[in-house]
Amino acid sequence: MSDHEQLESQIDQWRGYVQRRRAISAGDVEEMEDHLREQVTDLTSTGLDDDEAFLVSVKRMGNLDEVSREFAREHSDRLWKQLVLVPERADGGTNPWRELGVVLALAIGAGIAVKAGIELIDDETAIMRNVGLLVLPFLAGYFAWKRKLTWQVAAALLIPFALLAVVLNVYPFEPMGSTEFLAASHAIVALWALVSVAYAGGRWRSDARRMDYVRFTGELAIYYVLLALGGGVLIGLTVGTLALVGVDFEPVLEAWILPFAVPGALIVAAWLVEAKQNVVENIAPVLTRVFTPLTIVMLLVFLGAFSTAGGLLDVDRELLILMDAVLVLVLSLLLYSISARDALAPPGLFDVLQVVLVIAALAVDAVALTAMLTRIAEFGFSANKVAALGLNLVLLVHLAWSAWLSVGFLRGARTFGPVERWQTRYLPAYAVWAVIVVVVFPPVFAFA
Amino acid sequence: MHIDKDLVAASATPLVLGILADGESYGYAILKRVNELSGGRMQWTDGMLYPLLHRLERLGYVQATWGTSEAGRRRKHYAITRAGREALAERQAQWSVVADALKQVWQDVQMPPTVAEGWA
Repeated sequence: MSDHEQLESQIDQWRGYVQRRRAISAGDVEEMEDHLREQVTDLTSTGLDDDEAFLVSVKRMGNLDEVSREFAREHSDRLWKQLVLVPERADGGTNPWRELGVVLALAIGAGIAVKAGIELIDDETAIMRNVGLLVLPFLAGYFAWKRKLTWQVAAALLIPFALLAVVLNVYPFEPMGSTEFLAASHAIVALWALVSVAYAGGRWRSDARRMDYVRFTGELAIYYVLLALGGGVLIGLTVGTLALVGVDFEPVLEAWILPFAVPGALIVAAWLVEAKQNVVENIAPVLTRVFTPLTIVMLLVFLGAFSTAGGLLDVDRELLILMDAVLVLVLSLLLYSISARDALAPPGLFDVLQVVLVIAALAVDAVALTAMLTRIAEFGFSANKVAALGLNLVLLVHLAWSAWLSVGFLRGARTFGPVERWQTRYLPAYAVWAVIVVVVFPPVFAFA
Repeated sequence: MHIDKDLVAASATPLVLGILADGESYGYAILKRVNELSGGRMQWTDGMLYPLLHRLERLGYVQATWGTSEAGRRRKHYAITRAGREALAERQAQWSVVADALKQVWQDVQMPPTVAEGWA
C-alpha cells in the first residue's frame, strides 16, 4: 500500500509541475493526469512496478516544454491572463455575485454620503475638510467585509476616525487660512493609514501586509486614473451629443454625476485591484523601471541649473513644496521597485541606478534646503513652511537611510532583507506626521 | 522504427479523425488504437495528442464532453462531428493521391529495403 502512496505523491508532484505552465489549463491537466494514470495502470498490469510504470508514462508524455509550447500555439489567449471578475464556480461556497453587490452598494453609499455632504454643508472649505471622512469609511468598510474584521479591530478603527472628525470640525479655523488647508490635506493621509489597518485585516504590524498595502495603493492610483479617463471620455461624448440637441447637461453632471462617480470609482477601483491581484502583472513596478533612469536625468538637470544660475532666485515655500514633490516621486519609484524585487536576487544594475537616484535626490534637496533655511531665518516661520519642512525632513530620513542600507547591500555587506524591512517599518512615521499637522498645527499657529 | 516528425504530424489528424469515426473515444484510448493500428511502430509523444484534439475541437471537427471513467475520474470524451467526417473524407482523398504517387515511385526506383527504411 505504501507503494501506491509513493505513486500518488509522484503524480501530485508531476501535476504541480504541469500546473505551473500558463498555457495548460486546469482542465487540460486533469485530462493529461487521467491519461497518465491509465498508462501507469496498463504498464503495471504487464509486470512493471509503480515506480517504473510512472517513469515510463511520464517519459511517453513527452518533454513538458515542447508540450506546453504546443498548447500555447493552440491557446495563445491563455498567455494573456484573463481577469475574471465574477468567477463561475465559487470555491468558498459564497455567492460570487455577492461581492459585486457589496461593492456597488458601498460605491453608491459613498456617492450618497458625498451628495448629502454637499447638500447639507453649505461651505466649500468644510466639504474639503470632510471629503476624506465621507468617502474613506466606505473603502474601509469594503475591506472590513472582505477580511471579516473582528469587532475589536473595527472599534479600534472607529475611535481615531471619530477623533479626527471631531478635530476637523470643532477647531475654529480662520476662513481661507493655511492651517485649515493643511489639516484637510493631511487628514487624508491619516485616514489612509487607518484604511491600511482594515486592508491588513487588523494585522497592520506585519511587514508583508504593509508592503501589500503599498502595492495596493499604487495599483489603485493607476486603476483610478484609468477609470477617470474612461469616465471623462463618456462624459465628453454625452455633453457634446446632448449639446447638439440643445440640452445643457452640465447642471446634471455637476449636481449628480460627479458626486457619485468620483467617490464610487474609488471603491470600484479598490475592488478591481483586489480581484486582479493574482491575474495581471502589477503595473507600478513596470513604470518604475521606465521612470527611474528618466528621473535621474531630471535631477541632474536640476543640479546643473542650481549651480550655473548662481543660487536660487525666488526662494519661497513653493520651492519647498516642489522639493517635497520630488522626494515623494523618488520615494515612490524606490518603494514600487522594492515591492516587486525578489529579495534573494543578487545586486544588479537597476539596484545601482536606484542608489544613484536617491543620492541625486538628496543632493538636490540639500541645495534647496540650505537656500531655504537662510530665508526662513530672515522671515520667520509660517504653518505652510513648517509643514513643508517637516515633510521634507521625514522624507529625507527615509531616503537617506534607504540609500545607506542599499549601498551596504550593493557592497555585499548585508542582504536585501533590511532594505525592504526599513521601507515598511518607516511608513507609520508619515501617519504620525500627518496627525501632528492635523491636530497640533492649528492651535500652535492660531488657526490662521 | 523511427518515423519522421513531419510525417507523424501530417498523418495525425486523419488518424485521429478516422479512429473517432469508429465511435466516441478519449485521449488514452485513441493513442492505444494508434499503437494497435501501426503494430506499435508509430510512437507518438502522448502529450502532443491533447493540443491536437483541442485544435480539432476549435475547427469544429470533434466535439468534447466531460464524462466519468470507470475509476470515477473526470474524463474528456471526443466525438466526431459532421464537419469532421467531411474533413476526414477530404483528407482520405488527398492521402490516396499521395499514396498512389508514392507507390509508383517505389516501383520505379526499386531501392533496397534497408536504404528505404533509412529514408523514411
